[in-house]
Amino acid sequence: MSEVQITESELQAYADGRLDLARSAAVEAWLAARPDQAERVAEYRRIAEALRAAYDPVLQEPVPERFTQALGAQPRLQRYAAVAAWMALGIAIGGVAGWQLHESRPASAPVADVGAVMARRAAIAHATYSPEVRHPVEVGADQEAHLVGWLSKRLGAPLRAPKLEAVGYSLVGGRLLPGDNGPVAHFMYQSNHGTRITLYVRTEAASNRETAFRYAKEGNVRVFYWVDRKLGYALSSGDTSKDDLFKVANAVYQQLNP
Amino acid sequence: MNEAQRLVDLIPRLRRYARALVGDRAAADDLVQDTLERAWAKLHLYRRGTDLRAWLFTVMHNVHVNRVRATRPMDMLDDEMPELAQRPAQGDGLLVRDLERAIARLPAEQRAVLLLVTLEDMSYEEVARALAIPVGTVMSRLSRAREKLRLMMLGQSAAAKLTVVK
Repeated sequence: MSEVQITESELQAYADGRLDLARSAAVEAWLAARPDQAERVAEYRRIAEALRAAYDPVLQEPVPERFTQALGAQPRLQRYAAVAAWMALGIAIGGVAGWQLHESRPASAPVADVGAVMARRAAIAHATYSPEVRHPVEVGADQEAHLVGWLSKRLGAPLRAPKLEAVGYSLVGGRLLPGDNGPVAHFMYQSNHGTRITLYVRTEAASNRETAFRYAKEGNVRVFYWVDRKLGYALSSGDTSKDDLFKVANAVYQQLNP
Repeated sequence: MNEAQRLVDLIPRLRRYARALVGDRAAADDLVQDTLERAWAKLHLYRRGTDLRAWLFTVMHNVHVNRVRATRPMDMLDDEMPELAQRPAQGDGLLVRDLERAIARLPAEQRAVLLLVTLEDMSYEEVARALAIPVGTVMSRLSRAREKLRLMMLGQSAAAKLTVVK
């Protein structure tokens, strides 16, 4: 039987399904007589399948905002907008603080004001971290268990990072912040369009209290906040409508109180 | 469609390749970020009408090589990475891990060729252009990468069998 020559390159191209019909048939005939070579090529195909199965899911992951921000014009505007929001907020807070000083209110502020202070702190944290491109969080969502464990430990309360995919947001990660009553947990979420929402969670000095949702607007940042027993929550966003943010707040509340 | 939008559309593919190339998610996304920034700054060097994807992967390759050179010179050697401590495979969940680990142990330039061919489905000529190497080199690296992976995977299943027999 006269033997056709098959090169290693042709075997590779065969494994990739890139030979024309004639050469493909020649390789198949050649492999038919060599089971060990046939097995080798079959394994190459299995490895290719396994590679695609392992990495193709990355294609479905939401694209982080920082990537599109790397691509020019519109993003830069967003960054300026964020800075502007932050400055407006600073001015607003300065005004409120001045007004409070003027009134010379003592430390024992009414309960509602405690919540309002939390909302303000949450809005500041949101304005500070949500435009962050490179370091939006300290610990990413890929280490969610570690993140939640760490923050729970620091706050001294069992926390959970709500799953918000149903309302269009996925966890980016979180960080630890200083707060009035001790450490604060700060979770960041992001939509497919790059819109960010942050959840500020702190321990409450007076426990066993529950409040309804309250709403505040600090500069450009909208905040829904509430207290549920030992923990106070504030959900902030700069570019989500009040109604949409309320939906997310509801989702958070329901997940934390099943 | 303008180039910026086309670059945005290619981001998921860049991420997939980067994830497989460098393994670690954060490091892979940093590579994507640097690539996009560089591509955006160098967009005037891209010739309209040519293949934007190929150009972008070339940019990523150059960024990656520079980063590797700056941080991990060992990775550039055309030798296998040192043997890592291996756990025996225990089920499907670990198979992906095994595969990832095996890929990480391939020499960097073989890994790049295999991934561009397999994940990006690039022609051998496109890979040669993206990596600035001859097609013959693409073929030999592809062949060596696959054979090494095959042997590593064989070794792992052999190790798994040994622990079962124990």
